[in-house]
Formats: sequence, C-alpha cells, structure tokens
Amino acid sequence: MTSLAPPVVRGQEPTRSSGGRSGSVLVWMALPAFVMFVFFGIIPLFGVVALSFATWNGISPEIKLTGLDSWTAALTNPNLPNALWVTFLIMALSWLVQTPLSILIGTFMARQSRYRGFLAVLYFIPLLLSSAAIAITYKSLLDPNFGLGAGLGVEALNQNWLGEASLAIATLIFVVSWQFIPFHSLIYQGAVRQIPASMYEAAQIDGAGRMRQFFSITLPQLKYTIITSSTLMVVGSLTFFDLIWVLTAGGPGDSTRALAVQMYQLGFQASLMGPASAIAVILVLVGLGLSLLLRRIGGRADQSQLEGA
Amino acid sequence: MTPTPSTGTGTHRAPAKTAPSRPVGRRFTDRNWIGGSLGWVWLVIVMVPLYWLVITSFKTSANYFITNPLLPPSDLTFENYQLVVENDFIRYFMNSVIVTVGAIIPATLISFMAAYAIVRGAGNRFLKTINGIFLLGLAIPLQAVIIPVYLIIIKMELYDTLQAIILPSIAFAIPLSVLVLGNFIRDVPKELFESMRMDGATEWGTMWRLAFPLTRPALVTVIIYNAVGIWNGYLLPLILTQSPDQATIPLALASFQSEFGVNVPAVAASVTLTTVPIVLLYAIGRRQLVSGLTAGFSK
Repeated sequence: MTSLAPPVVRGQEPTRSSGGRSGSVLVWMALPAFVMFVFFGIIPLFGVVALSFATWNGISPEIKLTGLDSWTAALTNPNLPNALWVTFLIMALSWLVQTPLSILIGTFMARQSRYRGFLAVLYFIPLLLSSAAIAITYKSLLDPNFGLGAGLGVEALNQNWLGEASLAIATLIFVVSWQFIPFHSLIYQGAVRQIPASMYEAAQIDGAGRMRQFFSITLPQLKYTIITSSTLMVVGSLTFFDLIWVLTAGGPGDSTRALAVQMYQLGFQASLMGPASAIAVILVLVGLGLSLLLRRIGGRADQSQLEGA
Repeated sequence: MTPTPSTGTGTHRAPAKTAPSRPVGRRFTDRNWIGGSLGWVWLVIVMVPLYWLVITSFKTSANYFITNPLLPPSDLTFENYQLVVENDFIRYFMNSVIVTVGAIIPATLISFMAAYAIVRGAGNRFLKTINGIFLLGLAIPLQAVIIPVYLIIIKMELYDTLQAIILPSIAFAIPLSVLVLGNFIRDVPKELFESMRMDGATEWGTMWRLAFPLTRPALVTVIIYNAVGIWNGYLLPLILTQSPDQATIPLALASFQSEFGVNVPAVAASVTLTTVPIVLLYAIGRRQLVSGLTAGFSK
C-alpha cells in the first residue's frame, strides 16, 4: 500500500471531512435509510411493546389500552408451556445437529482443490430455496402414500414422518439442518482459511496427526466463530415460522407449535393481537438475552461478530 | 514462532527423524477421510431431494405412481409445467419480480449512501447515532415486529398491495447492507478520497465516481443476499396481502400444493419453476463476484 505518501499532501486543507458543509451533506445522504428504518423497524419495536398492553382484534380501528390484560392472557394461556418447550427443543436439537456437521464440512471445504470448489457450489443450493419451497418439497417427498418411501417400497423409509408427534419434530430438525448447514459451513470455511498455515506446519513437525491437529489447532482457533455461528443458529431458531407453518402448521396436535407459530395463530387467526404482541415481546427478550449470554461466554464480543462474516 | 523457522531451530531433536520417511504412507494418513466421506455423504443428502424434484416434474402423474421415484422419467413430459403456467404462474412470477426489484434498487441505493456517509463522517455525532441504530437493527427479527408493521400498513391504506410488501422489505434490508457496504468503503485508501478533494469534487461526486465503482463487489454481494431473501419471503406477503392477485411466489406455491393435491409431479414442477430464477441469479452473480474480486483494484 502507499501509506507512506499522504503526509506530503496533508496540511493544505483541513483534514476533518466531517466538519463544516460536507458534514451536513453527509447527514442528508444518510437520512433516507435512517427514516425508512426508523419507520418500519424502530417504531414497530416500540409499537409491539405498546400493543402488548392493549386490546385489538386486528381489523377494527379501535385499539384500547387495557393494562396487563393481554400479558395475563398470554402468560396463563394453557398452550404457552408447550410452545416454550417446543421452541427450546427445536433450538437445542438444531444446534446439536448443525454445529458439529457444519464445523466438519467447513473444515473439509476450507482446503482448496477443484472438486471441493465444485462441491461448495452444490452445497450452496439449499440456501437459494425459499422455506416454503423446501417445506413443500419435503412434504411431498415424505408423504406416506405418495412419497419416496412408498415409491421405493422400503419399509424403514415409509414412516408417517410428519404425522406422528415424535417423528415430526425430528423431521423438522432434519429439514432445518438441510436448509441451514450450508450457511454455517460457509462461515466455518472462511474461518478455517484464516488459521495461519504455520500453526499446522509446526504441529506436523512435532508429529501431530490430523485428528490431533483438528482438536488442538482447528477447534480452539474456531472458538469465536463457533460463538458467532451459534448465536445466529440459536437466535434464528426462535423465528422459524415459514418452514414450520408450511411443513406442519404446528401439528400434529401441537407437537411443532413453536412460539412464532403460536404468535401467528393468536394474532392473525384468533384475532388476539394483544396477547400475540406479548409473545412477540417475549421472543425479542429471549433472543436478546441469549445473544448477550453467548457473548459473555465468548468473551471478546466485538471480534467474534466480525470473524468469518 | 521465531522468525527463522526454516533452519530447524528444534536442535534438541535428532535430525534424522524429520527426514521424509515413507512418503506414500504419510500422504495416506494426511488425508482427511472423516471430512472427505462426510463431504460426499452430505452432497448426497443435499442433492437427492433436488434431483427427485427435477425428475419428478417431468413425469406424468399416472406414471409417477408406478415408477421408481429415483429413476428419470421414461416418457418425458412438459404437461406439469404447462399446468403450472395455466394456473396464473406468470402473474405470481411478475408480482415477485416487482416486489424484489422494487425493494432491491432503493434499498441498495439508500444503504450505499448511508454507508458512505457513516464512513466519511466518522466524527459526526448524528451519523454515529444512526450507525448505532442500524447495528441495533441487526438484532430485530421481522417476526417480532410484524404486528405493528401490519398496523402501519393498514393505516397507510396499503393493505393488500405490492407496496405493502416492498416498503418493509426495503427497511429490513438496510442494517446488514449498511454494515457490509460500510466495511468495504472503509477499505478504500484514504489517499484516493484526498485526491478527489484536491480535484474539487463534492462529496456527492466522490461517492458516485470513486466509492461506487470501487464498492462493486460488495454491492453485488448485498444485492444477491437481499434478492434471495425478498424473493423467498413468506411472512410479509402472508400477512400484508390477501387476494390471489397480489400473491408472490412463495404464497402461490403453498396454494398450488393444496390445489394440485396428489398430483405430485405438478407440485414438483411449480417448485422447480420458482427456484430456477434465483439459481440463475446466483450463477450469474457468482461469476461477477469472482471477476469483481480478482479485478485487483485494491491490492
């Protein structure tokens, strides 16, 4: 870089571009995005808190402030414990399945060779599909009468994958992993490529095998990436809605009815916008709490945010 | 490590031991066979549903039930695609195009302007606050604020229009776009800005003539990322529209599925048809991305 050149030029003009007229031009430049985001992002954030203390059926123009009524209704709803449990289950299981697989696949892809590059292109495809398309594909594929299992006549494959409570949640985790492991392996791939090769060379000289290198170098070096990826996974799992909605609509029974699904059903099907807003507030708080917790575990919060992104 | 690693500083070791012994065996143990086999297994897991989708979409519905689901069709047919197109597919497709393009262009432009302003006006307190709000915005999930967004759209009398989907889509594309573009603009050498100023360029001119071309790879990344997200969006159309006239592709897919029912090949055709444009965009963008990155302007 030519970082040695500028001192010669400096001093002719005030170097602080933020001051004076150009500063106000810059403010004008930032304004459209700011206004847009405040209007549809920040105001609704306050709005959802306000609505959780109100009663509204979603149709009539009448919105009444009713204090804690909506919160009482939301918190005493007999479906809430199940929704919390399902949300936790999806979060924990999808993390447990996705993290080790993403790390292994990411490490595998990090080594440069032509066929790995080709594989990486194919791995990426699920990321391009909409959750609706993925859910519909799996619904057809796993149908007990018309799906793959029935067509191949393989008994083990021919289960009622989405019709039985315990199988449905396992199927959901599988579909989630199918959709999101590509993304997380890309993050790990980028991070593994940043590990200095000298560390591996040193380990090789010391006679460490590949397994030993993986556990003593790769994994510890990925610590902050693991925190980043886990935060995205855990917080993201709170908001799975489209996939669950199209795949199972929360069923069978209420076995896959997570908080986001319950919020939709309460608000837009039962017309109880107040309690639905209370659940939305819970979602935001749980999400914030979890990401703060994971930051604390990670220690160096700032760097972990940027790594591999 | 010490700066002279090549001279073999580990002198306490017997030099004979580090000599390349048994190169063939060494290479064998070097191979990452766990990762390797997992890589191929994962490829199969990823590809089987996609392969099934495509081959099924070319089968006749009568044939589908009697043939092996994993074998390609014996009598190739396009009737499923015809059926999908006859079911107003073009309209849903155009709705999705309008929403995606209508959101992407303004979102990218205003995000780029904001990113430029935030990087160039690093000392300005107001711009700092704006940046802080965008960073906070990264943590706001769309699902959590959908009810107030719905209320705002009703109050604006935009319910059941395509603008109702476009406006929030723009807003929620901003935080990440500003972050990514800002990181990129920050990498533009300061001397270039300085020399633009010496030539008497305004901030506006500097932004378009200097920062914009230099940020192209990041712009492509941001556009692809946002386009995929908006094209595939399900929640906003579901909540902010109701008439079939305004449905976008993900909503239409769900209604195709209930309409076609047991006609699995038709369902497969509809999913395939909706996925092709975004895969094409990825294929084109990938090449652009690579050429943009290898153009070698910054290094």
